Amino acid sequence: MPVDDSAKGKTFPAASYEVGKEKIREYAQAVGEESEVYFDREKAKSAGFRDIPAPPMFAVVYSAPAMAPVIFDPEVAMNFAAMVHGGQEFVWGEPVVAGDTISTTVEVKDISERDGKGFYVFESVSKNQDGDEVVRATWTNIVRGV
Amino acid sequence: MNEGDAIPELKVTPDKYLPHRYAGASGDFNPIHIDDEFAKQVGLPRNILHGLYGMAQVARANVAAAGGDPRALKRLTVQFRGMGVPEEEITVSGTVKQAGDTVVVDTVAEQGGNQIIRNAEAELRLD
Repeated sequence: MPVDDSAKGKTFPAASYEVGKEKIREYAQAVGEESEVYFDREKAKSAGFRDIPAPPMFAVVYSAPAMAPVIFDPEVAMNFAAMVHGGQEFVWGEPVVAGDTISTTVEVKDISERDGKGFYVFESVSKNQDGDEVVRATWTNIVRGV
Repeated sequence: MNEGDAIPELKVTPDKYLPHRYAGASGDFNPIHIDDEFAKQVGLPRNILHGLYGMAQVARANVAAAGGDPRALKRLTVQFRGMGVPEEEITVSGTVKQAGDTVVVDTVAEQGGNQIIRNAEAELRLD
């Protein structure tokens, strides 16, 4: 059975996420970040950040509210139980800091089939409260046995 | 950094409870990461690391190579392959493939002889 690609091009409404200092701390500790800029506001400011910065890969945290509805969308119809995360790209822009509100939109870029596997490619674009792009991400999920 | 240079290796051993802390920090509570029994039921050797935790280690190694400023990391692309597990050392290594103001680093994360992240490419902006 060929993979259903009818959701290709579908876009999702923006989901927003307010970045908190203590959430940055929790994330930074979990991934082993050691730089003081993630834990000390004065250090962050003297390094030229507007406030405590988020580590680059914190992008997964503020993108999550936008990505969850896509993964479970009935039109996208991705078999979550057979899904693996195949690849990921982030392109960073303006740094994200505590106090920012990040708004993320998602588009289904591609749904295709190769060697009996379904490839689901989503692109998300995240902007801060000033409209500056903070991250553009490509999420590739692979579903076995489509 | 010149073409062909190796970046400093990053070594990290995620402890037994790391996947639980990462789940809380990231919001990804997929049971394959935090429930050893569930993971075994679905055919995995044990509960496995989050792929994006591994990608965060690749990001850290590249930021360190750029001098420690996270603003230097402009782009990171990875492919997730073998599964990472807790309680085994991960080594992130990389080689400069393009030098200049924008440095491109080919990076891999390996654990126990398996590449858990491969074809990783980082773009660093050095001012």
